[in-house]
Amino acid sequence: MKEWMGKIRTLSLFSLMVLVLSACGKDNLTALMPKGYGAEESFKVIIISTLVMIVVFLIVMIIYVYVIMKFRQKKGEENKIPKQVEGSKTLEIVWTTIPILLLLIIAVPTIAVTYDLADESKKEDSININVTGSQFWWHFEYAEEQIQTSQDLYIPVGEKVYLNMLSSDVIHSFWVPALSGKMDVNPDNENTMYIEANEEGVYWGKCAEFCGDSHSLMDFKIVAVSQDEYDQWVEDMQNVDPEATPESTTAQEGKALFEQSCLSCHALDNTPSVGPNLSNFGDRSMVAGVLEHTKEELVGWILDPAEKKPGNGMLEAPYLNEDTIGEEEAEKIADYLMQLKPSEITPESAK
Amino acid sequence: MSTMVATKKRSFGSVLWDYLTTVDHKKIAILYLVAGGLFFILGGLEALAIRWQLVKPMNDFVSAGFYNELITMHGTTMIFLAAMPLIFAFMNAVVPLQIGARDVAFPFLNSLGFWLFLFGGIMLNVGWFTGGAADAGWTAYAPLSTTSPGEGVDYYVLGLQISGAGTLMGGINFLVTIVNMRAPGMTYMRMPLFTWSAFVASALILFAFPALTVGLFLMMFDRLFGSGFFDPNMGGNAVIWQHLFWIFGHPEVYILALPAFGIFSEIFSTFSKKRLFGYSAMVFATVLIGFLGFMVWAHHMFTVGMGPAANSIFAVATMAIAVPTGIKIFNWLFTLWGGSIQLTTPMLWALGFIPTFTMGGMTGVMVAAASADYQYHDSYFVVAHFHYVIVGGVVFGLFAAAHYWWPKMFGTVLSDKLGKLTFWLFFVGFHLTFFIQHFLGLMGMPRRYWVYLEDQGLDLGNAISTAGAFLMGLGTIVLLYNIVVTQVKGEKVSGDPWDGRTLEWSIPSPPPFYNFKQLPLVRGLDPLWIEKTEGRKGMTPAEPVNDIHMPNSTILPFVMSVGLFIAGFGFIYQKDNLAWLWVLFIGMGITLGSMLIRSLKDDLGFHIHKKDLEKEAE
Repeated sequence: MKEWMGKIRTLSLFSLMVLVLSACGKDNLTALMPKGYGAEESFKVIIISTLVMIVVFLIVMIIYVYVIMKFRQKKGEENKIPKQVEGSKTLEIVWTTIPILLLLIIAVPTIAVTYDLADESKKEDSININVTGSQFWWHFEYAEEQIQTSQDLYIPVGEKVYLNMLSSDVIHSFWVPALSGKMDVNPDNENTMYIEANEEGVYWGKCAEFCGDSHSLMDFKIVAVSQDEYDQWVEDMQNVDPEATPESTTAQEGKALFEQSCLSCHALDNTPSVGPNLSNFGDRSMVAGVLEHTKEELVGWILDPAEKKPGNGMLEAPYLNEDTIGEEEAEKIADYLMQLKPSEITPESAK
Repeated sequence: MSTMVATKKRSFGSVLWDYLTTVDHKKIAILYLVAGGLFFILGGLEALAIRWQLVKPMNDFVSAGFYNELITMHGTTMIFLAAMPLIFAFMNAVVPLQIGARDVAFPFLNSLGFWLFLFGGIMLNVGWFTGGAADAGWTAYAPLSTTSPGEGVDYYVLGLQISGAGTLMGGINFLVTIVNMRAPGMTYMRMPLFTWSAFVASALILFAFPALTVGLFLMMFDRLFGSGFFDPNMGGNAVIWQHLFWIFGHPEVYILALPAFGIFSEIFSTFSKKRLFGYSAMVFATVLIGFLGFMVWAHHMFTVGMGPAANSIFAVATMAIAVPTGIKIFNWLFTLWGGSIQLTTPMLWALGFIPTFTMGGMTGVMVAAASADYQYHDSYFVVAHFHYVIVGGVVFGLFAAAHYWWPKMFGTVLSDKLGKLTFWLFFVGFHLTFFIQHFLGLMGMPRRYWVYLEDQGLDLGNAISTAGAFLMGLGTIVLLYNIVVTQVKGEKVSGDPWDGRTLEWSIPSPPPFYNFKQLPLVRGLDPLWIEKTEGRKGMTPAEPVNDIHMPNSTILPFVMSVGLFIAGFGFIYQKDNLAWLWVLFIGMGITLGSMLIRSLKDDLGFHIHKKDLEKEAE
């Protein structure tokens, strides 16, 4: 009997937790379940200020409800004139000083965390990544390691990673709610921020500054892996071979088509390019940042990029006008791209 | 010469001509109310389209491009073309009456201000029909705005420039009016709080709007004449636009909110039959909010990369505004304390305002905390916050004012029953729409998102939000129905239906076009209340009946505004074809020619003769 009660209790406790957690949003996306240093620090300030403000709100509401209940005009007293009060110095002083004190409770941690999150003292000894925001994708260049990649950003867990950010066109904003607050990515004035993940995982990144038609589709991912896995990934990526011949014949044909129609914008090695770098495309968590990572989605994307991401840069690709790539060709290119897996370390490793 | 307004039915043409040429502050108030009301409905329809697009994940109700036009025009329309003119409507209708004046200081300028606003507003919306309205957000951040293709953003720039000039004139006009035209005995510290807030808001307009004007000029040159103020590739700086915009944009919040606070102060006092608690503290708080409003613009830019020092300073400065705002909230509560509270429709709006706006203020302090704002910024949390402030503060205030001053403006009372229905629909709908958005933001939904992906935990919150928006729409429909029914019935009310305290209630509803036959003698705060408590029916006159000097009607302000409207097209389309420069010259010619006529032709106004005034009294 007792055991049974206990089970019920655990079950109800568990379901309550699920309910609360689901009210907090999706894991690895929501800022309400912080998984990184910056997000944790911001969350502290959020909690402190919320608590103080709830106290203020309760005080206001208690007086408010009391006043409305107590001082409603009663039947038969329509002509009663209440006492005309000018004011009260004491009360004015009370409700000027107390809020100032309450604000100090918020201001002190706010400033402490603001300075902490802008700390660049360890920048020289840390991993530095140059982030470029473009309509509507993200590029990541590991300056010292000489690696170029796009859309999925690999970082080691428990390390401060510094991001030096510039935009190639309009203003974007780099936001990974579960790991850290956001920072704008301007076309001039390079901004630096750091991120640090506390646990392995694939974290959702969003563009938070209105940047045009597909602003809402400019997603990216942060793949936080263990230090060893990260080192392995770096080594694999440094040795990426863009010339490697694929196994299947369709992929081989796809390679030729890719070189003919796509390579002028998309790099497959560690060189800069106009469009997203595709050297580890087969390991990407998603196609174009928002589509499921399947061959079908990729073929659909190649054939009609405007449908999936209005206004994106690929609409200027010559193959779309010249009509050189039909469904058959797109499938071959997709076969080729999906087998580009230079590293054992993939988003799967982060789980 | 006939100087009396005939009360008999007039033809539509003569009414139209009357309104096109009027310089009477009461008629201009009605023009502002109607135009602002229409733009409010337009902005509301845009809001409903936005919410319908977001009702479910990956919805395709509207295209991405059209969605961006909707959000841009919703924000621009609601701030510049609905909230501002509606505030001006009540300032025009009430301020001269509250200070015991016969009109504003510059009636011609008053009319010009309205027509500039209206033609600017139309210009903004012309984009819809010429290949797309502005689509860079109501904040128009460069370089997105400077590189946006088509003419949408050009219409935004020119439209705002024209209507902004009108607003600036309105602000100057009210400053001069309040400084110079107060009735005998109406000292500054006897002015009703609505007049005080109109005064401070006008001062804010005077200092804030030039920053917008400069920003818009720079953007106009960037877009239309090939300069590069905001283009980093040409040595410009994109972030400067944000500073210019928010140096205007933050005071703008107070330009809207302070008059709303003034409205609530009048209503709390009237419907609890008590003098405003802590009047001088309220005045002090209003001025302080206005002053601090200029010190905090960069809190809109915490994530721009200004560094921790600037972020901390602007964070603390912003938090400081909570103190005078708190003073106001508590003074309102203590005005109610010990009063005799009547739950009329205006009072209901005022009571609904307190918890709503307190929440907006709370989240205001929260977003002011820079290191927490890194999470809130540009997310739905911020969308929720500013709607709590602008709707919960300003729109509630405008609804309250509409019900409160309707009798004074039109001589009829809006139905209390329907008014309460409007309130409850709108109030419940509002909280349903926006409360959940605080959480959506923190759950990872950035603002200005055309779609959100499936399976991100955002579906339910967005569906609730959309349902709430339609309730607000329903509330607005009830209000419109109320207005129609009330005006069709046309039951006239007395000059003082609410047992009012201030001067506007001492004259008939609607007031005669010269307002006060004799200027009243003001003997303290709440002058009419003082006279009533001493057993008198109305105000004691400060002067014998005399000839009254009034301004003449004129069509020139309308013509000037039409000229600028035409010139606007010339400015925009000369970038495609220089032949359009002719349109520019013709438009500017009309405006400058009208200005020349105005300068050269003496217009001394006319006098209402003493004997006519006496005859009317019989």
